[in-house]
Amino acid sequence: MPRRNNILANIDWLTVGLYLLMVFLGWFNIYAALYSDEHQSIFDITQQYGKQLMWIGFAAVLALIVMLLEDNFYVFFSYIIYGVFIVLLLLVPFIGKEINGARSWYEIGPFLFQPSEFTKSATALALARYMSTHGFKLQTPKSLLTVAAIILGPVFLILLQNDTGSALVYFSFVLVLYREGLSGVVLFFGTLIALLFVLALVLANLTLALIMVGVALIMYLIFNPKLKQFFYVAIIYALSIGFFVLLNFVVKTSFELAQFILTGAVVGSIIVLYQSVRNKLPNYTKIAIVFIGSILFTISVDYGFENLLEPHHQVRINELLGIESNPQGAGYHVNQSKIAIGSGGMWGKGYLQGTQTKFDFVPEQSTDFIFCTVGEEWGFVGTLSIILLFLVFFMRLIWLAERQRSTFSRIYGYSVAVILFFHFMVNIGMTIGMMPVIGIPLPFFSYGGSSLWSFTILLFIFIRLDASRLEKLSG
Amino acid sequence: MNNLSKRSYIVAAIFVVVGLIYIIDLFRLQVMDSDYKQSATNQVLREVVQYPARGLVYDRNGELLVYNTTAYDLMITPREVGEFDTLLLCNLLDITRPDLEEGIAKAKNYSSYKPSVLIKQISPESFALLQEQLYKFKGFHSQTRTLREYSYPVAAHVLGYVGEVNASDIKRDTYYKSGDYIGQSGVERTYEKQLRGVKGVKKIMVDVHNRNQGSYLNGAEDKPAEIGKNLVSTIDIDLQLYAEELFQNKKGAVVAIEPKTGEILAMLSAPTYDPGLLVGRVRGKNFSQLQNDTLMPLFDRSLQARYPPGSTFKPFNILIGLQEGAINNATRIVCNGRSSSPIKCTHNHISPASVIDAVRESCNPFLWNTFRSTINKYPTTAVGFHVWSEYVKRFGLGQRVSTEFYNENPGLRPTVEYYNRVHKGDWWQALTVRSLAIGQGELGTTPLQMANLAAILANRGYYYQPHIIKEVENDTVQSSFSVKHETGIDAQYFEPVYEGMRQVTIARLNRSVPGISYCGKTGTIENNQGIDHGAYMAFAPADDPKIALCVYVEHSKWGASYAAPIASLLIEKYLNDSIADNRLIYEKQMMEAVLTDPHNPELAD
Repeated sequence: MPRRNNILANIDWLTVGLYLLMVFLGWFNIYAALYSDEHQSIFDITQQYGKQLMWIGFAAVLALIVMLLEDNFYVFFSYIIYGVFIVLLLLVPFIGKEINGARSWYEIGPFLFQPSEFTKSATALALARYMSTHGFKLQTPKSLLTVAAIILGPVFLILLQNDTGSALVYFSFVLVLYREGLSGVVLFFGTLIALLFVLALVLANLTLALIMVGVALIMYLIFNPKLKQFFYVAIIYALSIGFFVLLNFVVKTSFELAQFILTGAVVGSIIVLYQSVRNKLPNYTKIAIVFIGSILFTISVDYGFENLLEPHHQVRINELLGIESNPQGAGYHVNQSKIAIGSGGMWGKGYLQGTQTKFDFVPEQSTDFIFCTVGEEWGFVGTLSIILLFLVFFMRLIWLAERQRSTFSRIYGYSVAVILFFHFMVNIGMTIGMMPVIGIPLPFFSYGGSSLWSFTILLFIFIRLDASRLEKLSG
Repeated sequence: MNNLSKRSYIVAAIFVVVGLIYIIDLFRLQVMDSDYKQSATNQVLREVVQYPARGLVYDRNGELLVYNTTAYDLMITPREVGEFDTLLLCNLLDITRPDLEEGIAKAKNYSSYKPSVLIKQISPESFALLQEQLYKFKGFHSQTRTLREYSYPVAAHVLGYVGEVNASDIKRDTYYKSGDYIGQSGVERTYEKQLRGVKGVKKIMVDVHNRNQGSYLNGAEDKPAEIGKNLVSTIDIDLQLYAEELFQNKKGAVVAIEPKTGEILAMLSAPTYDPGLLVGRVRGKNFSQLQNDTLMPLFDRSLQARYPPGSTFKPFNILIGLQEGAINNATRIVCNGRSSSPIKCTHNHISPASVIDAVRESCNPFLWNTFRSTINKYPTTAVGFHVWSEYVKRFGLGQRVSTEFYNENPGLRPTVEYYNRVHKGDWWQALTVRSLAIGQGELGTTPLQMANLAAILANRGYYYQPHIIKEVENDTVQSSFSVKHETGIDAQYFEPVYEGMRQVTIARLNRSVPGISYCGKTGTIENNQGIDHGAYMAFAPADDPKIALCVYVEHSKWGASYAAPIASLLIEKYLNDSIADNRLIYEKQMMEAVLTDPHNPELAD
């Protein structure tokens, strides 16, 4: 029994407290999102808010079970757990229950659960186990391939079920790999390519061109902060872009102003490249090359999208990115979501006073779009508080991960942080129109047993590992 | 801390940067940009107009004359209309399919987002059937309106009717919106501002399916409709009913006034119509039918018909003569009967005649002499005539005597300028305009003005503006109602005129009222197209007049034949409440007489 006491004393109660705070704030907001005159009791179990309380109770039981198990259990059984969920993912298309056209649920008694939700925890465990093996070196091709296989295995199976949103979550593991030694260049270019791909389609050409030029100039300034050199670079760009912009107004062509600006930027970059090589300024050389590459990539994305894709593929991508303003499609959702959040103003309309969410203007208002209720009823003060709450929570998780002596626990801890962060980023980003509409929930807030339980298990395994961090020597 | 653990700061920085970007964007979205608030309001709020009930109209004794009944408009919001059973809807509404389709097309043309009226004024009975099935018709809803209802099918011209506003009404007063109702004639028009009340607005919230989700802010921003003000009319509904009964199958007019106040007790233009005909969905059809009726029931003779006053004006020329000193009680004028010049007399009576004889016998030579002496008393015809014309003006002729009727005819009063213009100079004289002496020529009076003349006689020289509304709920009536109009004739000169007029009334049973001594004067209006019109002017009782009236019966040949008996029956009804047994025969006679026949040229206008 002294051991048990030891664990209780070592539990990070701040994280548990933040978890409880978010879960109950979620419950109150689900109630507000669905509140109606007919069903006024928050305990009414015929309604989602009543049920959510039951799911919360069940999540508490799960958390307790997770805490009662030995910390070594998770280390030893990590591959087995991973294997079981891979099998469950494999079988779900055949023996699962079909809901909304997707056969991705298992029915056990009164409960429905989605294996893809829990596979996140399983993957994190397997990844932590593999990467904490003695003498593990991420840089070797064998390691990289194995790590890729562990992560992409579930992605592949989930994509087969047409659940793109859940599959994308796994790319957040890149951040874990970065922490464990993956080159920053991979992270930088990966991010840059993804960002440019989305921006090339989402933003107007002119806006994008101006942003790119602006970012490039800031990079020049940051990576070689000598004002005199930066001044020359700026002059070169100003002259070359100015020339092409002038040309645009003099010569009549079918090209847009944005294309002239980008051409000017490319010409300017070539000049900077030439000068930087001559004057031995490696940072300027790198930036010029990346800038030229980015411009060419952007143009090719636009070109490829317009000319190589079939129209129905274009529509799908547009809808995914929320560009298409199809009233029944993603554009409508985002628009309604922004109206609901925007109408909250500084202080919000007050608890239970929201109209846009309650009257069904916002779709999925208790699940994927629960953040709208926060924005509408609590205003900017509410959304700011929730975002700060999440940031504090994430900072705490990173801090906890860093204090682990065992590599296994640290890698698992980072996995928890980045998985939750990815949900947070995509979910809130989509409600304010900054992310494509991908149906993934806001952790601890969105209605739903399966997602709440999976997040609870994901988090509490880490809390359990953290509680016994002192018993282990560095792994 | 090894080299890689520094990367925790990069990871943390990525988290923080994303969080900051979202915070900045949320600040822009929620605090800086007000468009989203407007969009939210537009999506959720619907302003529902609350139509007030129109004010009620009572008669002078508190009897309810005009009230409201509920009707329903079927509204359509074209964008929300789904598939529906057109046949069922047509049957429920009792319309044809092309009608329905035309209505829907019209609504679409107006707006596919805003609701507009598809079918107006559905009766409560029909609506009950429709309402049960209304759930089957998506995009259709009902709106409650009030319609006028009348306790008695009378006084149509006085009360007037209500109709939909037209473009110029909307332009003149922004209160009105297309589809609103407005008083278009009679009291409904004159007292529109008081009767209509004030429209209210109710803000309700709707969900994404446009379903009502209750009132906005618990009704804090609602403005309830203010119901219209009730009016008390001066009409005595029993007298009005009796007058309309007597005027069956006749053309003409009656105006009865309480002389001491100017309150109109009864006002009738015959032929008339049931005011209920111009209400509800049947209004359009009935209106054009009334408009095309050759007997012109929509024409208000009591205000708009201009008859030469004829003999009924004679007492006034005598009064002017007496006031001007052209004649006096001792004056006797020889009447040569049919050989009189320049105007003959068709009545056999004693000669020379006194003022009393002249009034009783309607003696033309007496009137001519009086008129000539009045004018010629002055150095020139123009000066003398001007004096005469000013008296006539003070009698209320040649101008509107009321401020309540938009369609009142001002009548005709000749002036010096008029004759100067017609005769090009000053060489016209009393003789030239001699027909004025006997109420003919360039004189024209409406029945309202004639009744007012009767009131002037009854009051011995003054009148109050004839009016139809005596009280407005929580408001005052027009101040002009209490202004006393003096005519410039001293009270003493009325005595012989009264005597002459009183003697007229006792000559025959069919116009004498049991127990009441009253004064009357007949008149005949020449009609070039057919049989002459009869007129009668009276006030009663002679010593303390409570009613002054004039009666016109078209094609009744003389004033004595129908106008006088009808007037006497009205007086008897008003003062005695019932008709004496020995006079019921006359009542029957009057009611049964038919003086309208479109096929008889004699009865043409």
